[in-house]
Amino acid sequence: MSLFRKLPGVVLAEFESTGSLLHAAEKMSEAGYEKYDCHSPFPIHGMDQAMRLKRSPMGYIIGTMGTIGMIGMIALTYWTNIYGYQMVISGKEYFSWQAFIPVIFAITILLSAFGAFFGMLALNKLPQLFNPIFGSDLFAKVTDDGFFVSVECDDPMYDEAKVKSFLESIGGKNVEVVKGE
Amino acid sequence: MSSNAKDLTNLKVQKELLIDGNPTFGSVTNDVSRVVESKPGKLWYLLFGISVSLTLMLFGMIGYLFWEGTGIWGLNNPVGWGWAIVNFVFWVGIGHAGTLISAVLFLLRQRWRTSINRFAEAMTIFAVICALLFPTIHVGRVWLLYWVLPLPNQMAMWPNFRSPLLWDTFAVGTYFTCSLLFWYVGLIPDLATLRDRAKDKISKLMYGIFALGWRGGNRQWQHYELAYLVLAGISTPLVLSVHSIVSTDFATSLVPGWHTTIFPPYFVAGAIFSGFAMVMTLALIARKVYNLEHIFTSKVLERMSWVMLLTGSMVGYAYAMEFFIAWYSGNEYERFAFINRAFGPYAWAYWIMITCNVISPQLFWFKKLRTSIPVLFILSIVINIGMWFERFVIVMTLSRDFLPSSWDYFSPTIYDVGILIGSFGLFFTMFLLFLRFLPLVAMSEVKGVLPEADPHHGGSH
Repeated sequence: MSLFRKLPGVVLAEFESTGSLLHAAEKMSEAGYEKYDCHSPFPIHGMDQAMRLKRSPMGYIIGTMGTIGMIGMIALTYWTNIYGYQMVISGKEYFSWQAFIPVIFAITILLSAFGAFFGMLALNKLPQLFNPIFGSDLFAKVTDDGFFVSVECDDPMYDEAKVKSFLESIGGKNVEVVKGE
Repeated sequence: MSSNAKDLTNLKVQKELLIDGNPTFGSVTNDVSRVVESKPGKLWYLLFGISVSLTLMLFGMIGYLFWEGTGIWGLNNPVGWGWAIVNFVFWVGIGHAGTLISAVLFLLRQRWRTSINRFAEAMTIFAVICALLFPTIHVGRVWLLYWVLPLPNQMAMWPNFRSPLLWDTFAVGTYFTCSLLFWYVGLIPDLATLRDRAKDKISKLMYGIFALGWRGGNRQWQHYELAYLVLAGISTPLVLSVHSIVSTDFATSLVPGWHTTIFPPYFVAGAIFSGFAMVMTLALIARKVYNLEHIFTSKVLERMSWVMLLTGSMVGYAYAMEFFIAWYSGNEYERFAFINRAFGPYAWAYWIMITCNVISPQLFWFKKLRTSIPVLFILSIVINIGMWFERFVIVMTLSRDFLPSSWDYFSPTIYDVGILIGSFGLFFTMFLLFLRFLPLVAMSEVKGVLPEADPHHGGSH
């Protein structure tokens, strides 16, 4: 059971190869489906265009986090050296920024990495340990050598019979309905 | 399938195949997962037993060190940085090859990296854990270690951000965290594979939790790939900066022989050199023990030897240049430091270093030698011995500083030796646990470089 919303059931169809999955993705987006996904054991080149996905906003998340890290660390080194604990070292100015670049750089990188990692998890809604799609025995192949298209039942164009026949018409095999909660 | 097989043979002619044999997606999954799913052999238990014993010895000695203080080491007045710093630089250096393989070669689209990338990254993490141990115990009063962090405290003191030792804290700490995240992101799809194959409850639960519910949908892959790309992108300048910063521990001091601008690039080259040697050692063992010859192909090994030849030559050039500049500078202390290295009390260590690091990688010019597995294995170990001695030679510069009356010779005690050996035990304990429970080859990435992974393969599109 999901904590936040009911997870929709899906119609699942298996495809033979990366080529046929890519082809299917093009047909799906041409037909106007929105809530569908193409599952594969590894990312497939050109799939984003075939599914007409928008560019991932990851770059903005990472950029923001990195900037926060950089500004934060500049502020910390400035504050500690001007107000926190003044030290004269080699007769240099209190805020001798050149010497602070290594730590500023490190924290910029650190927060960017957090942005990349947690941003990816958030956008993918992970961790999500349960999903109705795992109810399909066939779907276990997706992490091995299976290629699948899934259509969620809350897609505006959803009609079980139509979706099934459409998936078959574009080359899907073993079409299966996986019930939601 | 038969048409695929035919295409594969055609492709062999057109472009080189990264994975030997006639692999399918399924065979890659099986070959890699079988390592984790089958019970480990006697050899694994034997190695694990030895490693754990050494680790326990390490912890025991560290416990004694905490009780007694750093006096149990062979430190003396000029040589205040004994083996702890040698080992620290050695282990950080080992780690660098993992990041180079996983991040730099990824950005350069060197797809041969896929087979070695996972365990090279694992090696990075374990090596950095071993590395972090040494400055931690070297501070003496470990309970005051939090002083290196900018935490508000009752003394109203703040760390000195101008100190290279503090830069180390930030650089190596960040390096460890980023490497761990990068490694874990790469592991998610493969953990999902193990989750879907798991038979018993415990593995289902554990792999299930760590796979985070990965479904392999392209809407997930889209963000995933970008996160992976960016992590690679930020790890690249990071890895170059980390060893540069480690070198500034030496270079920003006024000790002759340390105070040189050549240190950062020379340390980075040396780090990659030693790290590749370590990856080579581990890969050769793993491919033998787990019969993965078709995944860690001889082509991959040969390319690794190219990298070692390149970085080894850079290291050799740096040694020569250091000597030349010491003479050219006209500074008598600088000159003395280098002549003393080569002909002084530590000459034995210097010539071990030269033999292992300058001469031995040149053997990789010969195709016969760089394609021979025993030669690769021996040379990879020789190089690591040499790289340990490089750091030893550098740190021992301290033994003869400006004032002859304060000169002293450093002799390690049993605790120096024991903690170094124990750190290898810790490293191999973690590495063996990794081999036992996690996929040692990035399955999803290897599948991605198979010819069938190309959607336009075989003209089906």
